[in-house]
Amino acid sequence: MPKKITIEPVTRVEGHGKVTIHMDDDNQVVQSRLHIVEFRGFERFIQGRPYWEAPVLVQRLCGICPVSHHLAAAKAMDMIVGAGTGDGLSPTGEKMRRLMHYGQIFQSHALHFFHLASPDLLFGINADPNIRNIIGVALEHKDLAVQGVMMRKFGQEIIQATAGKKIHGTGAIPGGINKSLSKEERDSFLKGEDPLNIDKMIEWSLGALEFFKGYHKANRELIDDFASFPSSHLSLVRKDGAMDLYHGVLRAVDSEGKKILHDIDYQDYASYIGEEVKNWTYMKFPFLKEIGKQDGWYRVGPLARMNTVDFIPTPLAQKEHELFRAYTNGKPNGMSMHMHWARLIEILHSAEMMKELLNDDDIMGNDLVVKGNKTLEGVGLLEAPRGTLFHHYRINRNDQIEMANLIVSTTNNNIPMNLAVESVAKKYLNGHAVISEGMLNAVEVAIRAYDPCLSCATHALGKMPLEISLVDKDSNIIDKKYSG
Amino acid sequence: MTKTDKKILIYGYGNPGRYDDGLGIKLAEEIEAWTEKTGIGNVYCETNYQLNIEDAEIISNYDIVIFADASEEDIDNISLSMLSPSDSKIEFSMHAVSPAFVLDLCKKIYNKKPETYLIHIKGYEWQFSEGLSKKAQNNLNQAIEQARSIILNPGKLAGILNKTA
Repeated sequence: MPKKITIEPVTRVEGHGKVTIHMDDDNQVVQSRLHIVEFRGFERFIQGRPYWEAPVLVQRLCGICPVSHHLAAAKAMDMIVGAGTGDGLSPTGEKMRRLMHYGQIFQSHALHFFHLASPDLLFGINADPNIRNIIGVALEHKDLAVQGVMMRKFGQEIIQATAGKKIHGTGAIPGGINKSLSKEERDSFLKGEDPLNIDKMIEWSLGALEFFKGYHKANRELIDDFASFPSSHLSLVRKDGAMDLYHGVLRAVDSEGKKILHDIDYQDYASYIGEEVKNWTYMKFPFLKEIGKQDGWYRVGPLARMNTVDFIPTPLAQKEHELFRAYTNGKPNGMSMHMHWARLIEILHSAEMMKELLNDDDIMGNDLVVKGNKTLEGVGLLEAPRGTLFHHYRINRNDQIEMANLIVSTTNNNIPMNLAVESVAKKYLNGHAVISEGMLNAVEVAIRAYDPCLSCATHALGKMPLEISLVDKDSNIIDKKYSG
Repeated sequence: MTKTDKKILIYGYGNPGRYDDGLGIKLAEEIEAWTEKTGIGNVYCETNYQLNIEDAEIISNYDIVIFADASEEDIDNISLSMLSPSDSKIEFSMHAVSPAFVLDLCKKIYNKKPETYLIHIKGYEWQFSEGLSKKAQNNLNQAIEQARSIILNPGKLAGILNKTA
C-alpha cells in the first residue's frame, strides 16, 4: 500500500484545485481529473452597481491579477460610454493603458519563470523539494533570483505609476484614463539607477531566453515530450496578424495551423464561443460553437499566442518568434513545456513595448477621456498573462449593471490542463505501486506550466492551494498531497 | 517631533474589497495617520493585496518590519509572533508568499534579517464589500495598540516572544 502523504491546508479560501487520479489493480492510471471548486458569486454581486464602478470593483475578485480585470472591465465600459473599442480612445488614454498592461505581463511572467518554473528546471523534477524551490535558487543561482525580484519590482512600479496605486487602482476609467505620466516618472523608467531601468530589463529578458534555450538543448526529452499533445489555439491578434496583448480581433487555429475562428470582432464572442458545464467540476468548459462541445476546446496563453500570431511587432522578440516557429516547421506547437519558452519571448516583447511607449510623448499628454453615445452592453477582452480574458456587461436605463459574464484565462485552459495532467500521470505513475514526491511533482509541473490562477478562476481570497489524490478502483484514497 | 532610532516598516496586506480581509491594510493606514499626527519619524507604511518576492528587496531596507494580516484561524482577537526565516514554507503557486518566506528570501539574497513581526488580526466576514465587521473593528483597535507599542519600544518585545529570529 503506498504511503499516505497529507499536508494539511492552512488557508482561508473558498475555492481550490484538486487533482484526482484513479488507478486500477495493476497500478495503471485509468482516469485523471483536475477539479476546480469554483465560487461564482462575483457576477451576482456586481449586479445593481453603477457601471462606472466596474473597473475598480472587479479588482475585488482577487489580488493576483487585478490589473487584467481592471483593464478588461474598463474596455467593456468604453463601449458603454460610446468610446468604441481599443483605438477609440485618445492616444494618451490608449498608450497609458497599454503601458499598464505590458507592465503587468512583464512582472507576472517574470515571477512565473524565475521563481516558479526555474526551480524545476535547475534542480530537476525529482529533486528534494527542500532544495527545489526559489530559496534553493537564491542559494545556488543568486543572480537569477535577484533578476526575478528586480524585474517583478520594475513591472510593479510601472503598474503603480499608471494605475495610480497598488490597491484598487483607478487609472483606467470608462472612456480613458485619469492620469498620464509625468516627465520625472518617465525618465525614472528610461534612465533609472541600475538595475531599475528599461534597458537593463531588456538585457535580462534576453539573458533569460538564452538560459532557457541552453537548457532546452541539454534537456530536449523533458522539454519536448512532457505533457505534449495537439490542440487548437485561441487569442487576440492585431488586425494585420501581429501580436497585440491589449487589443485586436479573435483568432483561433487548429493543430495544423488552419484558421478556425476568422479574426472576429470580440463584441460578438457569444455567437462563436459557448460554455459547457460538467457534473464533476464547477468550472465551465468554453468551446468553439462551430466545432462543437467535444472537439471545440482550445488552449490560451503564451503558447497559444505564439501559434496564432503571424509575427511580433518588436524586433528582438520577432527574431525569437521566428526561432520558435521554425522549431516545429511553422506548425502550431503543442508542447506544454514550451509555454516557458513562449512566456520568455513575451517578457522580451513586453519590455520592448514598454520602452517604445515610454519614449512616446503621448504618454505625457492631457487628452485623457473620450465619450460618445451611450449603449447598454459592452464586451472587453485582452490577453492577460495566462491567456484571453473576457468581461461582458449589460446595464439598464438607470446605469446599473444587470448582467455580467466573465470567462477567465484559467477557465479557457480547463481542458488543456486536464489533458496535461492525464498525459503526465500516465507517463510517471503507470506501473508504480508506491508514488514518490517526484511523481506527484511531475503532475504539479504540468499544471504549473499553464500558470493557472485558481484563485482567479474560483474567486478565492488570493491563494491557490492544490490537492492531489490517488484513488484505487474501489474509490479508496491511497495517497494524497496538499500544497497550500 | 520624535524619531525612532530604528527604521521601521509597517506592511499591511489583504484585499480591502473582501470586507474583513482588509484588516491588515487598515492597520497600516491607521499607523500612518498616527505617525503623521504625532510626528514620529522613521516609520514607513506599505500596503498590497498579498506579499510577493519583490517584498524581500523592500524589507531589506528596514531594521524592524511589522506585517499585518487578517486571519480566520482559531486565534484570539489578535496574535503577535516574531518570525524566523526558518518558518518559510514553499507553496504550490508562488502567486502569493508568506511573511516568513519574504524574510527568508531577504536573508538569502540580501544577507539582511530585519527584526520581523507578524500581527494576525481575527476577521469574521469575507464578502465582496468594503468595511469591517464590528468584532473585526474591535480587534483592529487592539492590533493598533500592539503595533504602537512595538514602534515606541523597538526591540523590547523580541525578548518576551517565544520565537527568536
